[in-house]
Amino acid sequence: MNRREFAKLMGVSAVALSGIPLGITRAAGQTKGGTLNTIIQPEPPILVTALNQQQPTLTLGGKIYESLLRYSPDLKPMPGIAQSWEVSPDGLTYTFKLFPGITFHDGKPLTSEDVAFSMTKMLPETHARARAIYSRIDKAETPDPLTVIFKMKAPFAPFLTALDCTTGPIVPKHIYDGSDFRKNPANAQAIGSGPFKLKEWVKGSHVHLVRHEGYYRKDEPYLDEVIYRIIPDAASRSLALEQGKIQLTQWNDIEFYDVVRLSKLPNYEMTTKGYEYFAPHQWLELNNRVKPMDDKRFRQAIAHALDLKSMAQRVYFGMPKIATGPVSSKTRFYEKDVKRYDYSLEKAKALLDEMGLKPGADGKRVTLKYLIPPYGEVYQRAGEFIRQTLGRVGIDIQLENTDVGGWADKFSNWDYEMTGNLVYQYGDPALGVSRTYISSNIKKGILFSNTAGYSNPEVDKLFDEAASATDDTRRQELYSKVQKILVEDVPVIWMFEAAYPTFIDKRLKNVTSTGVGVHESFSSVSFG
Amino acid sequence: MSTLKSFLRHPTGMIGLFVLLAVVILAVSAPWLFPDDPWDMVGAPFQPPLSEGLWLGSDMLGRDVAAGIAHGARISLIIGVISTLTSLIIGVTIGATAGYFGGKVDEVMMRITELFQTIPGFILAILLVATLGPKISNVIFAIGIVSWPPLARLTRAEFMRLRGREFVQAAVCQGQRPLTVVLRRILPNAISPIIVTGSLAVASAILIESALSFMGLGDPNLMSWGFMIGAARTVIRQAWWMSVFPGLAILLTVLAINLVGEGLNDTLNPRISRKR
Repeated sequence: MNRREFAKLMGVSAVALSGIPLGITRAAGQTKGGTLNTIIQPEPPILVTALNQQQPTLTLGGKIYESLLRYSPDLKPMPGIAQSWEVSPDGLTYTFKLFPGITFHDGKPLTSEDVAFSMTKMLPETHARARAIYSRIDKAETPDPLTVIFKMKAPFAPFLTALDCTTGPIVPKHIYDGSDFRKNPANAQAIGSGPFKLKEWVKGSHVHLVRHEGYYRKDEPYLDEVIYRIIPDAASRSLALEQGKIQLTQWNDIEFYDVVRLSKLPNYEMTTKGYEYFAPHQWLELNNRVKPMDDKRFRQAIAHALDLKSMAQRVYFGMPKIATGPVSSKTRFYEKDVKRYDYSLEKAKALLDEMGLKPGADGKRVTLKYLIPPYGEVYQRAGEFIRQTLGRVGIDIQLENTDVGGWADKFSNWDYEMTGNLVYQYGDPALGVSRTYISSNIKKGILFSNTAGYSNPEVDKLFDEAASATDDTRRQELYSKVQKILVEDVPVIWMFEAAYPTFIDKRLKNVTSTGVGVHESFSSVSFG
Repeated sequence: MSTLKSFLRHPTGMIGLFVLLAVVILAVSAPWLFPDDPWDMVGAPFQPPLSEGLWLGSDMLGRDVAAGIAHGARISLIIGVISTLTSLIIGVTIGATAGYFGGKVDEVMMRITELFQTIPGFILAILLVATLGPKISNVIFAIGIVSWPPLARLTRAEFMRLRGREFVQAAVCQGQRPLTVVLRRILPNAISPIIVTGSLAVASAILIESALSFMGLGDPNLMSWGFMIGAARTVIRQAWWMSVFPGLAILLTVLAINLVGEGLNDTLNPRISRKR
């Protein structure tokens, strides 16, 4: 981008800010036109979400690639490119009817062939999370261009929750079929069917998306352009927001310590909604192989000794909600009626005494190491907080610093005692929760597996049964049971349902209208 | 004695000495002044200075900034002194060997010294701490490793100057062993400039430690001034006191050590000293 272009862009955003209706017309109660300026950081390596699933790629690619379904904030399926769907009573056959008239950005029509190709050929090869789910598809049938039928190998109820744009982006078969997916020259152009298409990507500066004129939904998209600016420095991002140069921030764009100050800006609304599908769950991971953490009473004592309320206030500036168990309250089949570990140093001490862990002359009962996750200041503060609070009951914590590679290596190879962990839940316990606790997922060298080494045959059985049950009431019953067992055993100390601040210009509508939030297509987003 | 008298008459040196003594007293008395662990969250977060019980305010977790400064003084001084001793041991040994024996030994020793001099000190310190792990012993070691070359070169120059003097040659002729000659004859006569440079090295060691802690490479279990500033950086717009007071502490301590070092230089150097 040269200086003149930049000045032009700034001019456009200034006009948008001052609210002069420049070429903006009202249609269907929503205003058409306008440019949305926002942030992307760090810069994504590629925009094809089928090939890369890092957060910036998904945020940008969500505008370019769509999937069969969308999800409401309470994770009910809503029409995506499929206008209706049907599940056979045995849970083995899924039939989707596509909207007519969907086209890719290169003008070619999107048909059931593209859907079948994406979900059974390309994604299982390029997308690890999709592979785990879509490899359960036995075969895909395409009786006509608007109908696609998936026959499953065995019933797998979470399938209907795994068709969002981050898991199942639909790619054009005519471009990718028979090619080396990762080396396809069309990857640079990122051709999808979403409401916005790539106009220009100036590396290190911005990604410019413009309206896809052939979009199938009437009047949508409302916005003319979306410009993602690459701003690597946190202070500059806050400043851009303060100066009104951008109308939207997402995920970690704004650091926690700036949230309180920036929430007072009159032009923006700060919300933590729009992350329901991911429901990032945060906990204190305890290596269950290391004594005395192999004893349930010791883990319970830690759960009693951690003052989570104060931690949420002091470390996270009051942002997150306190977690009650392994399943986030935003994820399906959450059970709130579980054992609660109230903050009580007496109960913690009593449990430790009962175990026979008496304090020594220096008041210390045991010394354990806490490996600080190397993802910034906040994790450092969290480590310091945990050390101080556990010190009060005689559990001495030694903090250890490391770099990103070192952390992943030590953590995944079980060479740690305690550390912090944060895992997405993807709407269904079978997709994002069970992996942390089932013994078949104790896999050395793999992050976000059952790294704690917890093993309970009953838990394994319940999770297994719940994943293949087709009836929601039955699934709720099984998941409630497993949640109660897990909360009693506390294999890890669940701390928070992590919250991310999304700052939205008050004139913008529908940004966080779905559970996928800022990763969503933005086809219904408008100024006013 | 005359050196001491001369130092007592040195105005800036005395100012430095007083401030340094104050810091030392603060460091020594920290456990009595602030008996609680400086990491303890004793108050509400972000309390401004002069709040109840919190003279210098509290940080984002509600920790007492004043307690942090007092306990941090211990760490800064300990690291400053021990790492300087480390570099003195390395530097003087290498410099003395090179200067005394000369020839091939000198060649080899000086090439090694130059090798270390060509690597930027702070970067090497970062590299060492990052590789060995952020522990206090490693931090001391890293600072020692990066700050010995000037001491070695200085010692070598002094030794080469003194090596040819009659009293040294007399000692050699009497059959005294090299170690005795070095330690009993040459070193006492070469010690003044080494003391001066060493005292200034303490100041730079404190600065290096603060910079490492600021970057998050300090020992995470020890409260230090650099760590306090590093943690305060992100919230500087909400809580200026979190970075200003530890910053002042570093400034005053380093300034005091430099003043003392300069005072020592003036008094130990006979040419300047006699002019007074």
